[in-house]
This record gives sequence, structure tokens and C-alpha cells, in this order.
Amino acid sequence: MPAVANPAVDTPSVQATQAAVDDILAELFARLGDRQDQLLPMLHGLQDSAGYIPPDRVPAIAAHFNLSRAEVHGVITFYHYFRTEPPPRCVVQVCRAEACQSMGSDSLLEHAERTLGCGLHGRSADGAFGLEPVYCLGQCASAPALTINEAVFARVSPARFDALMAAAMPREAV
Amino acid sequence: MTTRIYVPCDSAALAVGADEVAALIAAEAARRGLDIAVVRNGTRGLLWLETLVEVETPQGRTGFGPVDAADVPGLFDAGWASGHPLALGLVEEIPYLARQQRLTFARIGITEPRSLADYLAHDGYRGLRNALALAPAEIVATVTASGLRGRGGAAFPTGIKWNTVLKAPGTEKYIVCNADEGDSGTFADRIIMESDPFVLVEGMTIAGIAVGATRGYIYVRSEYPHAIARLEGAIAVARHHGYLGADVLGSGRAFELEVRKGAGAYICGEETALLESVEGKRGIVRAKPPLPALAGLFGKPTVINNVLSLATVPVILDKGAAYYQDYGMGRSRGTLPVQLAGNIKQGGLIELAFGVTLREILYGYGGGSASGRPIKAVQVGGPLGAYLPESQWDTPLDYEAFAALWAVLGHGGIVVHDDRADMAKLARYAMEFCAIESCGKCTPCRIGSTRGVEVIDKIRTGAQPVQQIHLLRDLCDTMLNGSLCAMGGMTPYPVLSALNHFPQDFGQPDTSRHAA
Repeated sequence: MPAVANPAVDTPSVQATQAAVDDILAELFARLGDRQDQLLPMLHGLQDSAGYIPPDRVPAIAAHFNLSRAEVHGVITFYHYFRTEPPPRCVVQVCRAEACQSMGSDSLLEHAERTLGCGLHGRSADGAFGLEPVYCLGQCASAPALTINEAVFARVSPARFDALMAAAMPREAV
Repeated sequence: MTTRIYVPCDSAALAVGADEVAALIAAEAARRGLDIAVVRNGTRGLLWLETLVEVETPQGRTGFGPVDAADVPGLFDAGWASGHPLALGLVEEIPYLARQQRLTFARIGITEPRSLADYLAHDGYRGLRNALALAPAEIVATVTASGLRGRGGAAFPTGIKWNTVLKAPGTEKYIVCNADEGDSGTFADRIIMESDPFVLVEGMTIAGIAVGATRGYIYVRSEYPHAIARLEGAIAVARHHGYLGADVLGSGRAFELEVRKGAGAYICGEETALLESVEGKRGIVRAKPPLPALAGLFGKPTVINNVLSLATVPVILDKGAAYYQDYGMGRSRGTLPVQLAGNIKQGGLIELAFGVTLREILYGYGGGSASGRPIKAVQVGGPLGAYLPESQWDTPLDYEAFAALWAVLGHGGIVVHDDRADMAKLARYAMEFCAIESCGKCTPCRIGSTRGVEVIDKIRTGAQPVQQIHLLRDLCDTMLNGSLCAMGGMTPYPVLSALNHFPQDFGQPDTSRHAA
């Protein structure tokens, strides 16, 4: 299968400035209100816009929802999806679940580790690429599957992985 | 006349390049001056054929697949004729599809998921219109009479759950859809949400009218961004046309719906953890009782059902309880959407009445393993389901028959492994998965899973195998009987079934033929 241009892959992850984060927070607080059931939507909104949830904003979030800082920290750290540091420019998530394992995701992961030069939960030497596990993308009949900056790809052979990464990586990094 | 060419927009098709195929078809048609409209339908569920392109002809829709972008010019050169190597003939006549009994998935792949008009043209919202003419208790009675059972593993009768909420005191009640489908090998919910989102919206609206709830939440996993976008689109369209809102279809009844995005915690598929998560807390399970039906979301009476249960309600209200009840066997009524996945030649979605055997699914539909090697073990019901050896493949898909084997049917997910699978490694993975995903509230699950990984490591390296296997069984017994929810309580299923049926993979003599 040939490599294809994918807009989601070509767009670098968003990383907002300090002032921009405050603007994002103010907008979210105003839009979502202060009921606790809006905490997850708020964290999603912040991570979508800022790229991550800056730990130094936890007190402001806690104050807004009338929660303790520990409660907000507990929620952020409980969920695998939320990140507390800026993401690498390109995040590769390899599915580790059984269906993908049955179709060789272990060797695909090894191939990805060699190509990116890092292990699971690690980053490439230049910091541009991160490798993460994910548990099921719902592509179990077209395994193995992975995501590159949230764009899903299925039936990924090592050769297809190389083609996808060549499209995702800046030329000098290949 | 314009020729319509269908290219699926389900994420399984997108993941193998459907967008590029669709764009190229439009570009080639323009270049050749052909009058062609590209329609983005849902998936037919024949996932090994994705991207499955269909061309409208006087005889019906003819299929081509799997189509890659590089195949498109050649398909035009051949005039999309039946002689092309990728030609599949009439899609409705492909045996894999023609032999199914599609009730919940009747519209899937045929319609455009984004189009309300298309939904209405294919019997959409007839169930809701019928429901609005009934008293709430009559709607609940219809669902009860249909025999519909929940798809979450416990297989609890949906109508009985609804009845509890209907009779619960209080005016503030909720409908919550558990769309946190995190089990490996399951994708039926994803297909519903991406390929026929209105059916879920309709099912939840009927549930709301039936029990007196005015608000519903769909909790969707963050791994499914495409499904979230489709649902949000469908909700906005339904609201705009009066199918949701303060006055549903002029009935004077109100129902509002909202999508809530999960955040990558498997445990939130457990209903009480899911409720905690919607409330803005860590997804830690609650002790039951109280049942969510009496004290659920925000402490109020709550119907919490799976996507498939709710998406099946419209057809029951449209065609009647007897119509649905006529399918199935024993106490497993209606149909089961089977998801065939893993190392299988023809993986996909197969909706059939209960009672078909696993072997028929594996070979009659699946065509054997993808690798061409012998199938060794089949895990049914997700990562917490048992591994079944060949001696058990003649079991019919039926909740009670599976329970008798000490296995679960769960959500109908089937993951196939060929003879290269190392069952001790898979058992270790089950414990490791539990350790990563445990909410941590109860000790058997939180600590037991970590110790389980260690014990299996010792068995695999051959250190004191007899004692360690004894210890593993003891540990599993504690998790099974002492855990607060199914996370810890079911992790022993894959572990012990692997150990019992494939002892050679644990360095033990093969006695499986006697033990099974």
C-alpha cells in the first residue's frame, strides 16, 4: 500500500504560549461553567488547544471548580490520555491489544523502536517523535493498527510504517 | 444520468486509505468527463474488503475491493466492469453478507451516516414515532417482551432494567450510553456510531421517553475521535429537526443528548466507574448496591446500557417485540453482532441469531486464519474472556452455553490466534493489562494483577513451576471471588483458560484433552 499524505500527520502538535494558555482557560471556564461534571470536558479542551495540561494551572482549575488541587491532580493522572508535558511534534501510538498481537504488533513495535530510536513511553533523540502504547483502536479486523498524531492506520506492515513515517518526518530527520 | 459510486467513510476504511480512494475517483471522473457522484456511505462490515467501493447499477450495487488508490485508474479503464480482478459482484449477494440476519445493523453500509433524510428513507425514526403513541409502561413492556439483553457481559435483560428506573421515585432521571468499547476484538459499537449514528440517538430518545428521563449522555472513548464527531453531528441535526429538544416531535416530551469523551481508562467501561467519570471524577468503581437504576448518575435513577442494546431498541419498537424475539435460541433472544478479528482471513461484523457455532464463524465466515496456519486458540468476549481450544469450537453462541464452559460471550468479540501464539505470554499480558488498567480501589485487582505478572514470569522461566502454578491458581481464586468488579473478577478467565487448555505453553505436560 503506498504512502499517502495525511493532513493530521503533517500538522505539528499545538503548543501554546503561557499567555495563550490563560486565554484558553478563561474561554473554557466561561463556556463550561463550574459544575464538577465539566472537569473532563475542560481538561480535554485545554489539552486539545494547548497540547497538554500545564501542572502550574492546576490551582486555577481547582479554584474554578471549587475542588482541592489534589482532586484535580488525581483526575489528571488517573486517565492515560491526559499529558502534563508538551507532546513531541509527532506521537506514534502502537496498539498493544490481543487482536493486534495476533497479527504481529510485537514485531511492528520492535521495528518502530528501532526506527525512532526509543522504547515505549520514550522519545527519539531529537525529541521530535514519541512512542506510546494504546489499547485498542477498534481496528481489530485489520490488525495491526497504530496512530500517527491521532490519524489511524490499519494493516500496518513494517514497510508501510516506514512509508507513513517518511511522509510524517521532516526530510532531514529521516 | 449521474452514476453513484459509494466509498465508505468508516474509520476502518479511512485507516486503509478510503479518503484517497474517494478523492481519486472524483478526480478521475472529472478528468474523463464522466457524470459521477461520490457518496460516502458507512461500512458494510466486510472489513477485509475495505476499501470496498460500490457502483450503483440497474441490478443493484456492485462491489470492488479491497481498492487501493493505485487501483482507481485501472478500474476506470475497465469501466468498473464485472471482469475486473477486484470485482465482487452484487454486494448484497456476497455470501458473508447474504447469510447474515441484520436487525441492529440493517442500514449499515447502505446509508450515508450523516444524512437524516437517508435515515428516514430507510425506516429511521419509525420506532420513536410508535413509542410516542404508547404509555411509558407499554414501551418498557415491549422491550421486556423482546427478550433483549445487555451486551456488557452480564447479559442483564434490558426491559427489567428500564422498569426499575421507570418505577424509581423522582423526576430527574438519566439515560447513559456506555460507548467505552475498549475490548480488543470489539468494534460493533464503533461501527454503529460511525456508520448509523442516528439509530443510537433514536434508541436513547425512546429510552428517555420510556422511563421519564429528559437527559442522556453518550460516554465515548477518546480512542474513537471519528465516532465522537459523527455522533455530535447526528445530535445537532436531530435537534435541528425536532427529534431532540424541549418538545420531541411535538409530543410535549423533552429529551436532550450530549456526548462525553473518555480519556483512555479501560475501567470506565465498568458502568459505575463510567458514572464517576461523567461526574468529573477519577473512574473508580462504586460498590453495588445501590444499583445505578436507583442511584446512578448524580445519585439519580439512571438507565445505563451499551450502544448495541440502545441501538436495537428502534427496530423493536418499529417491528414489534415478537419480530425480535423470533430470532435466537433458549434465553438468548434476537441477534448477536459478532465481531471477528485478529488472525483471520475474513474479519468483520457478522450479525446472526444466537445459536451459530464458533467453528461456523471461524471457517464458514472467517475462512480460517489470515496466516494460513492452523488456528490454536480463540478468545471470546474481550481481553477478560476465556481462550477456547479447538475442542470447544462446536459450542453455539449462546450466553448459557458459554457460561457452562466457564467462558463468556460478552460483547461478541472474537479474536483468533494461530499456532504461533504463546499462551503463557498471553496469560501474562492479561495480568499486565489488569495491572495497568485497574482503578486501584480493591486489593485483589490492584495487587493481585501485579503479583500475577510476577508469578507467570517465574513459571515461564521454569522457577519452581509446580509451586508457582499452585500459587497462580490461588491468586486467581482470590481475584475471582474478592474483586469489586469485573476487571479483577474476570482477569482469571484468560489466565486460567490458557493454563488449563494449553499447559504445554507453561512448561507442563499436555493434559488438555482430559481437562477440557
